[in-house]
Amino acid sequence: MRLLSQTTRRLAGGLSRHRRRKLAGPAVLLIALMLTGGLFALFSPAQAETKKANDADDVAAGRALFLVGCSSCHGANGEGIATKRGNNYGPPLVGVGAAAVDFQVGTGRMPLAGPTVQAPRKKVSYTKEEIQQLGAYVQSLGPGPAVPESEEYDPNEGDVSRGGAIFRTNCTACHNFAGAGGALPGGKYAPKLTDVSSKHIFEALLTGPQQMPVFSNDVLTPADKRDVISYLRQNDDAPKYGGFSMGTLGPVSEGMFAWLVGIGVLVGFAVWIAAHTARAKKAVKGGQQ
Amino acid sequence: MSEAVTTNGSKAARSQKPSKVAGVADWADSRLGLAGAMKKNIRKVFPDHWSFMLGEIALWSFVVLLLTGVFLTLWFKPSMGETTYSGSYEPLNGIEVSEAYASSLHISFDVRAGLLMRQMHHWAAMLFIAAMLVHMMRVYFTGAFRKPRELNWVIGVLLLVLGTLEGFTGYSLPDDLLSGTGIRAANGFVAAIPVVGTYVNFFLFGGEFPGDSIIPRLYTIHVLLIPGLLLALIAAHMLLLVYHKHTQWPGPGRTNDNVVGFPMLPVYAAKAGGFFFIVFGVTALMGAFLSINPIWRYGPYNPAEVTAGSQPDWYMGWPDGALRIMPGWESHFWGVTLSWNVFIPIILLPTLAIGILMALPFVESWITGDKRDHHLLQRPRDAPTRTGVMVALMTFYGLFWIAGGNDIIAITFGLSINAITHFLRVAVFVGPVIAFIITKRWCISLQRQDNEKLLHGYETGIIMRDASGGYSERHQPLPVDEAYAISARERDQIFQIESSTDENGVEAPGSRAEKVRARLSQAWYGTNVQKPTAAELEEAHHHAEEHDHESDSELAGIASERHEVDPPVRKELPPSD
Amino acid sequence: MTDLENRPDSGVVRHEPEEPIADPGLPPHELRPTDVDEKAERRAERQVAGMFLLSAVFTVLFCVSYFVFAIGDDPTMVLGLGASNVALGFCLGMALLLIGVGAIQWARKLMGDEEIVEMRHPARSSDEDREEAVASLTEGVEQSGIGRRPLIRNTLLLSTGLLGVPAIIALRDLGPLPGDKLYHTVWRKWMRVVQDVTGTPIKPEDLQVGQLVNAQPDVFYRPFNPKDSDGDDLTAAQAEARGEEPLEVPEGVELQQEKAKAATIVVRMEPSDITPSKGREDWGIDGILAYSKICTHVGCPISLWEQQTHHLLCPCHQSTFDLADNGKVIFGPANRALPQLPLMVDPDGYLVAQSDYTEPVGPSFWERG
Repeated sequence: MRLLSQTTRRLAGGLSRHRRRKLAGPAVLLIALMLTGGLFALFSPAQAETKKANDADDVAAGRALFLVGCSSCHGANGEGIATKRGNNYGPPLVGVGAAAVDFQVGTGRMPLAGPTVQAPRKKVSYTKEEIQQLGAYVQSLGPGPAVPESEEYDPNEGDVSRGGAIFRTNCTACHNFAGAGGALPGGKYAPKLTDVSSKHIFEALLTGPQQMPVFSNDVLTPADKRDVISYLRQNDDAPKYGGFSMGTLGPVSEGMFAWLVGIGVLVGFAVWIAAHTARAKKAVKGGQQ
Repeated sequence: MSEAVTTNGSKAARSQKPSKVAGVADWADSRLGLAGAMKKNIRKVFPDHWSFMLGEIALWSFVVLLLTGVFLTLWFKPSMGETTYSGSYEPLNGIEVSEAYASSLHISFDVRAGLLMRQMHHWAAMLFIAAMLVHMMRVYFTGAFRKPRELNWVIGVLLLVLGTLEGFTGYSLPDDLLSGTGIRAANGFVAAIPVVGTYVNFFLFGGEFPGDSIIPRLYTIHVLLIPGLLLALIAAHMLLLVYHKHTQWPGPGRTNDNVVGFPMLPVYAAKAGGFFFIVFGVTALMGAFLSINPIWRYGPYNPAEVTAGSQPDWYMGWPDGALRIMPGWESHFWGVTLSWNVFIPIILLPTLAIGILMALPFVESWITGDKRDHHLLQRPRDAPTRTGVMVALMTFYGLFWIAGGNDIIAITFGLSINAITHFLRVAVFVGPVIAFIITKRWCISLQRQDNEKLLHGYETGIIMRDASGGYSERHQPLPVDEAYAISARERDQIFQIESSTDENGVEAPGSRAEKVRARLSQAWYGTNVQKPTAAELEEAHHHAEEHDHESDSELAGIASERHEVDPPVRKELPPSD
Repeated sequence: MTDLENRPDSGVVRHEPEEPIADPGLPPHELRPTDVDEKAERRAERQVAGMFLLSAVFTVLFCVSYFVFAIGDDPTMVLGLGASNVALGFCLGMALLLIGVGAIQWARKLMGDEEIVEMRHPARSSDEDREEAVASLTEGVEQSGIGRRPLIRNTLLLSTGLLGVPAIIALRDLGPLPGDKLYHTVWRKWMRVVQDVTGTPIKPEDLQVGQLVNAQPDVFYRPFNPKDSDGDDLTAAQAEARGEEPLEVPEGVELQQEKAKAATIVVRMEPSDITPSKGREDWGIDGILAYSKICTHVGCPISLWEQQTHHLLCPCHQSTFDLADNGKVIFGPANRALPQLPLMVDPDGYLVAQSDYTEPVGPSFWERG
C-alpha cells in the first residue's frame, strides 16, 4: 500500500502539489477498493460468526506469545518485576491497554534487546496478527486504552493550522519544530517523528511510552490528536521551498554549513586567486610567497 | 625576451584624436582635482597571498548584506501588531501572528526571489562574521597587528563586535518561534544586570516582555544605527590599510621598507572585483540550495512555546555555551538578587573577551618592548608564545561553542548532555592551557627544523652507504630564495632591566613593573630558537665541505655532484628564447 | 630603557650585520605560456570571453525563471525543492560567479603580471611637520584665548556637559517603570486551569498518572467573574462591594505579556512519589501539581517533562527541575526552583488555582531579593 502510494506519488511527481492531490484521491480510492474487495472475498463470510471466538483465541494466543517473549521482564501475568532497590525491572502491564502494546511492539521498541536508558526503535519482531494477539492479552489483564480506529487518526480529516498550534505548544519542546527529535537528560532523547505512522503517533500520545508524558483523550481530545497528526503528515510532505533542509536541526547545522561550505569554498577561491600561474620555462624556483 | 613575443600589456592603446573619455576626465578633474590622488593610488601595490583575501570576504559579504537587506526592507513590516495570517502558506492560515512575522512569510512565499534574498541575507551575515573572525586570526597569527597597525586592529575588533550585534538584531526581527526565544533570553540577560537591569528591560521593551516595541526598536538599530557605524568603521579600516600599505611576507627583495606585488589597476582591480562577484555568487548558490531559518516551520512566536534545538546563530553560540555550562550560582543579600549564573557568562565574559582582544597588540608590545614599525609578517612558528596564546583563545572559544550545541551533539553522537556539560566545565579551563603548551612547543620544534634546514640543508630521502658500512641521508642545501625567506626574520630581543637600583641602593621608580616586564619578556621569548648567525652558517657549510672531502677521497667521481658546498647562489636565468 | 625605540634616522627595522644570508633581491620575472605562445593567449582570451558570455546567458535565464516558476500556494516544485528559489538562486549565482571567475582568469592569464616595488614611508610625520603642526595648534589656541579666559572655558564646559542630561532624560518615555508587574500574574483564586490552544477545562479524573498538560488561565479564553468563598459567581453588585472586578479576555500585547508570565504546566504523578515541602501539602490534588512553565534561568517556556523520572528539562540551557520535589533545580545553570501554583477543585469539579503564584515567575532580577 505504502509502495503503491509512493509510486503514484512518483508518477505524479511532475505535477504540482495541488494537482497531485486531485489525482491522489481517486488513485488511493481505487487501490483501497481493490484491496478491500480482495480482503472481503477472502475473510468476510467467516468473520462475523467467529468474532467472539476469535477474541478468546486471540487472548490465548497472546498469552502464549507473552510467556515466551515478554514474561521474563514483565512477569508471567504482566504484574511487572521489581528490582531489589524498588525500581522496575519490567513495569507492570495491567491497565496499559492494547494501544501501548501496539505502539511498543509495533515500532520494534519491545521486546527490548538489552537494558538501555531508552528502548530504541528497531526492526519489528512480531507480525501484525501477533501484535494484535499480544494486545488482546494485555487488554484482558485490565482495561486500558484500545488501539484507535483508523478514522481517529486519519490525517485527511484534521485541521492542519490548529494541529500546528497544538504541536508547537505540546510537542516541539522535545521533538523539535520539524519533528526532528531532541535531547533529554542523561543520554535519553525524544525520537524524530518524521517517519512514524499516524496510528503510532496517536498511540504514543494516548499511552505516554517511556519518558513521554501521557496526553489522555479527556484533555487532548481525539480530534486534537488528529489535528496534530494532520500537521505532522503535512510536515512530512512539506515542499522544501528554500532548498535542502540540512536536518532541520536549527542554527547549529546552519552554522556548520556556513563554515564548512561557505568559508571553505571562499577560502578555496582565495587560494586559487593568489596561486602562481604556470610559467613558460621553469628555470628557478620562485621565492617564498 | 624580445618584444615580439611579449604581447600582453606592452603596447599602449593610442588614440588618434582626443576621446570622449578624455573629455569627461578633464571635466571631472577641473572640478574635483582627482588626478593628484589618482596618480598615487591607481597603481598602488598590493602583495598577493591567499590569506590577505580573508578580510575581503568580509567586505564583500557586507556589500551583499547591504544589497539584499535593502530588498528585504521594501516588504518587511517591523511591527508587533497582531494580524490573522491569510497568505499563501496554508498550514498557518487563520493563526494569529505579528505583522513582522506575516510580512516575513509574505517575503518568503508571495514575493518572487524574496525567499532567495532572505536566505542570501542570512547566509551573507553568517559569512560576514565568520570571515571577520578568520581574518582576525590571520592578522594575529602573522603579527600584522604590530606597530603601526594597532589602531586598525582595534577598529577590526569593534567591527567584529558590531557585526555580532547586527547579526543578533537581525535574527530577532522575523518574530518566529526561534527569534522570539532569543529575545526572551535577551530579556533574561538584561534582567541579570545588577541594580539597573529591571529598569533597562522595561525601557528597552517598552514595558513587560514581550510588549510591542522591541521589534521596531531592534529594526531601527539593525537597518540604521549599526550599519552606519559599520560603514564608517569599514571606511576607516580601509583608509588605514591604504595609508599603511599592506604587510607582506619576507622573501627575496621583499623587505620592511618596500611592498612588492601587483598594481591596483589592472591586476588587483580585476582580482578584488572578481572576488566580489565570487562571494556574491557563492552566497546566491547557498541561498538557492541550502534552506536557512525556515521561519514557516518554526511558527510564530508565542511566549508559551519553545522548540528543542533552540540556539542562536553560530557567532552567539559561544556565550550561549558559557550560559549552558555555568553552575547555577546566585547571591541573595540585603534584599537583592545577583544572578552570577547569567551575569558572568553573558555579560562579563563577552565584555572581557572584547577587552582582551583589543588589548592584545598593546600587551605584546609592552612585554617585548618592541616599538618598531613592522611591515614584514612573521610565520606563526616564529612567534611561539603569540601563536600559543591565539590557539589557547581558539580552544577556549571552541569548547564554549561545543557547549552551545551540546543538545545537538548529544543526539547526533548518542551522548548525554549532562556528561558533556560536566566535561566542558573542566575542559574550558584545562583545554586552553594544554593547547598553549602543545602549540608553543610545536612552534619551537618547527623553528629548530628551520635551523636544521638552513645549517645542514634539507633531507633528500636518499640514503648513502659509506665504505665502512654506515648509512647516512644525503642533505642538499636549500635554494637561496627559500633559505633567505626562512632566515629573514628578526632575532628576538628579551627585555632586560639595566639596573633597578641606583648607586645608593635606592630602587628606581616603577622598577617593580619593569621586573614583571622582564620576567614576562623572558617567558615570551626565552625558549624561542634564534636563527643561526652568519658565523654559524659558515661553520656548518665548512663542516659539510670537510665531510664531503672525506667521502670524496673514498667515493671519487660522484661526490662532486652530491654536495653543493658553497653558500647557495641563484643561477642566472637562461635567455627565454 | 632598552626599548627598541624608533631609531632617530627612520622608524623601520634595520637588519643586523650578522644576517646569515644576504638578500638575493627580487627573482627575475618569468613569462607565462600566454605571454610567449599566441595560441595559449587566444585560448585564454576565449576562455574569459566565454565565461562572460555564459554569465549573460544565466542572467537571461534568471529573468526567464522569474516569470516561469510559480510561487505562492501552488508553487512549482523541482525534485521536492521550490523551483523558483532554486532556479533564481542558481542562475544568479552562476551569473555572478562566472563574471568573478572570468575576471580573475583574465588577471591571471592575460594582464601584465610583472610585480612592482613600492617604497614604504614611516607612518609618523616628519619632525618638521610635527613642529609646524604644533606651532599652528598653539597659535590657534593662543588666538582663541581659551587658556587666558578660564571663565569662558569653564562655562562652556558646563553648558555642553549639561547637554548630556536632556539626551538621557528624553529617553525616559521609552517604557514605564517596573512597579510590581513582575511580582504578579493573571492567576487568581478560583480561576480554572485550561489546556493551552484548545481552552479545555480539566477535571482531576481526566488526568492519568504520567500526564502533562500545557495549561493557561481560563481568562485567556473566557472572561473571569469574581467568586465567593464557595466558588460561586458573585453578582456585579456583590463584586463591587468586595472591590473585585471581572476580568476581560486580554488581547494583543496584553495577552502576550500575561501569557509570558502565566503559562503553567500541570502534571500528574503517583502521590507517593511526591515530597511536598512544608506548607505545600495541600497544593496538589491526588498527585496533580502545577508549576510555572517559565524557566527561572532566562525565561524559556519549559515543558520537556520525563514522566518516569519527574524531571523537567529546559531545551534552551538544560536547567533541570524535579517536579516531584517542589520544582527544585537538580542540574544546569538555573538557581531557583520553579514556582508552584497551588491547586484546588471548584464546585463543578474543575481544577482551579488557589491563588496567584506566591513568588515572581521567570528569570531572576535585582530587586527580587
